[in-house]
Amino acid sequence: MAKNCHNDYKMKFSVDDEFPDLSLHNNHMAKVLTKDIYAKLRGKSTPSGFTVDDVIQTGVDNPGHPFIMTVGCVAGDEESYEVFKELLDPVISDRHGGYKPTDKHKTDLNFENLKGGDDLDPNYVLSSRVRTGRSIKGFTLPPHNSRGERRGIEKLSIEALASLDGEFKGKYYPLDGMTDAEQEQLIADHFLFDKPVSPLLTCAGMARDWPDARGIWHNENKTFLVWVNEEDHLRVISMQKGGNMKEVFRRFCVGLQKIEEIFKKHNHGFMWNEHLGYILTCPSNLGTGLRGGVHVKLPKLSTHPKFEEILTRLRLQKRGTGGVDTASVGGVFDISNADRLGSSEVEQVQLVVDGVKLMVEMEKKLEKGESIDGMIPAQK
Amino acid sequence: MATSFSRLLSSRRNLGILSLVGAGSVTAAFLLHREHVTAGVPVRRRYPASAEYPDLRKHNNCMASSLTPAIYSKLCDKATPNGYTLDEAIQTGVDNPGHPFIKTVGMVAGDEESYEVFADLLDPIIKERHNGYDPRTMTHPTDLDASKIQSGQFDDRYVLSSRVRTGRSIRGLSLPPACTRAERREVERVVVDALSGLKGDLKGKYYSLTQMTEQEQQQLIDDHFLFDKPVSPLLTCAGMARDWPDARGIWHNNEKTFLIWVNEEDHTRVISMEKGGNMKRVFERFCRGLKEVEHLIQERGWEFMWNPRLGYILTCPSNLGTGLRAGVHVKLPLLSKDARFSKILDNLRLQKRGTGGVDTAAVGGVFDISNLDRLGQSEVQLVQTVVDGVNYLIECEKRLEKGQDIKVPPPHQTGVGLV
Repeated sequence: MAKNCHNDYKMKFSVDDEFPDLSLHNNHMAKVLTKDIYAKLRGKSTPSGFTVDDVIQTGVDNPGHPFIMTVGCVAGDEESYEVFKELLDPVISDRHGGYKPTDKHKTDLNFENLKGGDDLDPNYVLSSRVRTGRSIKGFTLPPHNSRGERRGIEKLSIEALASLDGEFKGKYYPLDGMTDAEQEQLIADHFLFDKPVSPLLTCAGMARDWPDARGIWHNENKTFLVWVNEEDHLRVISMQKGGNMKEVFRRFCVGLQKIEEIFKKHNHGFMWNEHLGYILTCPSNLGTGLRGGVHVKLPKLSTHPKFEEILTRLRLQKRGTGGVDTASVGGVFDISNADRLGSSEVEQVQLVVDGVKLMVEMEKKLEKGESIDGMIPAQK
Repeated sequence: MATSFSRLLSSRRNLGILSLVGAGSVTAAFLLHREHVTAGVPVRRRYPASAEYPDLRKHNNCMASSLTPAIYSKLCDKATPNGYTLDEAIQTGVDNPGHPFIKTVGMVAGDEESYEVFADLLDPIIKERHNGYDPRTMTHPTDLDASKIQSGQFDDRYVLSSRVRTGRSIRGLSLPPACTRAERREVERVVVDALSGLKGDLKGKYYSLTQMTEQEQQQLIDDHFLFDKPVSPLLTCAGMARDWPDARGIWHNNEKTFLIWVNEEDHTRVISMEKGGNMKRVFERFCRGLKEVEHLIQERGWEFMWNPRLGYILTCPSNLGTGLRAGVHVKLPLLSKDARFSKILDNLRLQKRGTGGVDTAAVGGVFDISNLDRLGQSEVQLVQTVVDGVNYLIECEKRLEKGQDIKVPPPHQTGVGLV
């Protein structure tokens, strides 16, 4: 067990002296963390040496916004979710609609269970995408991992991805060492990820040693993409132009399962348990870690007074076309599932498929000057 | 320093916090005698040092120049008594490769003991940064007797303002990259308590960053006193902005000529300043204020981090020794356009900055001119260097105004510590 000397030293100070000032904070961690919980957890550390102060640092440094509730804590390893349960269980419950410590999470990556999804109108749905994250068992997570571990993750990932073939045959581009031409192409394809600038990530230590052991892999068709060592060990993305979400999801499921098999063979399967599903760095991405979404033109519906309510009832969320925390451009929205934990991949993508189909029909109605009052869905 | 050390051992202490600090302060006591600092429990690794050694091929900073795989291997499993590790100390240098023209230090200290435990890396860095000063063989002179300064009154037609700053660390408490919230709050308590004992022209008030009113904030901005959360990745990657703005604040005297920053990049930054060219008075107040504050914290059982080989201990190795930057804002429109300007500054052991401070540009021919050196010469020597140098620059400017030629002075020579 890696001993956290710094934490032992800290124990000499009182709880009152060490407890963070959260009086101006608005994030899940700040809402949950009491002095009692802090007192109980401060003496603990995971086997790799991650402590409660490491978990909460990002939430202490980023008080948040009155309108947007961030999570305010991260895991440093798989064991964090166990060792710091007293803090993380209530955070998870708040973030994931009341999910209880005794609840079980369903994993379903059987794409054949998805109904429809191949007929979203391409006049409205410009592109479809499904992403998730995966953590590799036996390594600590981006907030905590050492250079040696991060390089180990990269090495394993490169090996695994290199063995894919057929529609998944592709190439790895390490961030440090790509040519200018490669970089230009990756930017043009909207594939390149950059050093995190968001203080939510940097204060959690995820940008350390950049760009060491970071890289991007994608298949020749540019429809299946893996980010290595960004905010999670792996981010896996399936995407294509148009509205064939069914095909995107099929490729997503098949690709993921192929990759998982290879990691398992090396005795480094993915982090998963039946309570939290797939284990990722941020508690908001537990469960499926899945965000399935489309870029869809909804200029009329988006200005309708019931737009937000419709989204909520459909269990969907909107973002701008630049991703999280961006604005929509030209009435085009990024619409995706709001849930991650407590429902399966198939269920979440089904909600996107059904919900977007309905919203496109509403948009068409509004174009004709007709009312959509009769189409407002019940709460899903 | 030896006398204040023995006073420290015998004085009554604030038992509440010091009993908790315990071993650290006892260990610190040995530093004055250059005894071996006991490292903390070694850090256990899963990977060999060679797998953890950072990729520094694109880096241009002092840490990258000195950190060989052999040194990394030797030090990577060590920790200071408080648990601070090499990886933490070098993180800022790994994350910030630097610039081909500007060589940053690339490493910080998390506590006083870092300079001992990681000496194999810090000593060569110190030597490179401080013009050949060898901490293994040399000693650093401290001299805060302002009466020794000669010709310390500049021509006010050229010098708009004069300023002297330094930093001080409170022995027994970790430095900003590593301090816990409790330690940082203790630094604030100790310093604010001491400052409340200042009298006369030094009497003043503390403004906590978490509690200042809107008006107070606006006033501090107008006075150019307010410091903000660090945005430079050199500082943020070293962990110095953690828990902002908890336990950070600004103290200044009523006359606004003596100012102390609490828990920014160092435990304290101490600044003496005024409009015009009376550098002697600025330095006199600086020395007096520093000595007063030191006396006040000693009464309460604390002291500053200092030792004879490194002088005053601060977070960044570039600020060791005196930690002193004495400078002026001076109008040099003609001289600054002369091709020999840089060489003249070099030979005078001075550096120029813009009037916004480090990494800013000059405006209207007004430059911030200050001493280059920090370690190996005393405060008096450095301030005298600035005084002599700025007087020379003003002479040059006057000569150029009259259409006369100027001369590049010979390289400035001083004694102790310089190669």
